Amino acid sequence: MEPLRPSGCNCTAPSADQAATPQKMPWGRVAMLSLLGFGLWLAVYRQLDPFSSYLTHTLLTIEQGSRLGEAVRFFLYDTPKVMMLLTLIVFVIGVLRSFFTQERTRRYLAGRRESAGNVMAALLGIVTPFCSCSAVPLFLGFVQAGIPLGVTFSFLIAAPMVNEIALVLLYGLLGWKVAALYLVTGLLIAIIAGWVIGRLRLETWIEEWVQALRAVEAPVLEQKLTWPDRIDQGREAVRDIVGRVWIYVIVGIAVGAFIHGYVPEDFMASIMGKEAWWSVPAAVVVGIPMYSNAAGIVPVVEALLGKGAALGTVLAFMMSVIALSLPEMIILRKVLKPKLIAVFVLVVGSGIVFTGYLFNIVV
Amino acid sequence: MEIKVCGPGCASCEKTQKIVEAAVAAKGIAATVIKVKDFQEIAQLGVFSTPAVVVDGQVKCVGRVPKQSEVEGWIG
Repeated sequence: MEPLRPSGCNCTAPSADQAATPQKMPWGRVAMLSLLGFGLWLAVYRQLDPFSSYLTHTLLTIEQGSRLGEAVRFFLYDTPKVMMLLTLIVFVIGVLRSFFTQERTRRYLAGRRESAGNVMAALLGIVTPFCSCSAVPLFLGFVQAGIPLGVTFSFLIAAPMVNEIALVLLYGLLGWKVAALYLVTGLLIAIIAGWVIGRLRLETWIEEWVQALRAVEAPVLEQKLTWPDRIDQGREAVRDIVGRVWIYVIVGIAVGAFIHGYVPEDFMASIMGKEAWWSVPAAVVVGIPMYSNAAGIVPVVEALLGKGAALGTVLAFMMSVIALSLPEMIILRKVLKPKLIAVFVLVVGSGIVFTGYLFNIVV
Repeated sequence: MEIKVCGPGCASCEKTQKIVEAAVAAKGIAATVIKVKDFQEIAQLGVFSTPAVVVDGQVKCVGRVPKQSEVEGWIG
């Protein structure tokens, strides 16, 4: 049999139209080039702030402190900054993911019990390549491997919610504290919600034909990858993911820039502030039918925060948009009975609402 | 020869389909290329991540778009 390479994200797996494979580079050169590339990246990144000021105020001669000036500078600073952060992280995660294929994750989780299994599943959810259109085959594979339902859900919740794009944008626009907060609470929700679903013993709410799959054999197909191969996968991930989300980033930042410059301070305080108790559940409900990726939502979130919206409310909104998506539920309906989907939404939704209130009280 | 391309129909499944068809044409082999979109059918082939290529009942690759040269190797 031909050697096989594990994938990047399934639905975005890089095209292989080009028959010519890039020439394999020796080890040392790969390391040197990576280091050089990172140094260059850092040098450019540090110049973004003064450069955007110069561009807005000196070159475009827009008055400092004016509304237009604020909006334009916000846009000119944040766009290259976010794109650069995105490129770096997508590359690093792309390389990291070459170590974690869905097949390997499945085999690893197969031997785990609940509790420890929930924690592992949530953590693997971050690094295993995944997208919502591969959710069903992945779910089936987990059932086939005999992984407990609750552990499977921990994975299915963490995989979309804690994604690298959301984290990098939160870090770039709101600082590392908010990003860390998001990472930790996202993981906790995935672990606890999965554990709760496991406790409820809902295995009978999976469609019958899925249960029958335990008898099916899954062939093991893997190949050893060299470092240059992995670097290559990182490059492919950048070309693919950044190529797809850049437009969302720019539109998101443009909306953010508009809010930043033109919406009055504290405008959002009455609607999304701490005092409005109903705003947290409302944010979650509004977020479910909204299907945006993290790239578009974070710049808007940043702008809302700047105008007096409370952190907990905004985080709840963002988690709901990313983690509870209607299209994913429709696709999961093929393998789960509606009752189980309802339980899933209820458990995860409650977790998000709880997180929202917690942050509104604590922060 | 019977080649099954498994996938619910997202962009990379379509790509895989095209690559397989191109490979069959390039090799000049008489083969039927079948799209398998149903999740149940896909799972029963032993495939748990898509896109995947199955040649005469044997799973050749899962979870990625193969290169045309690879596919030609499987069917040649």
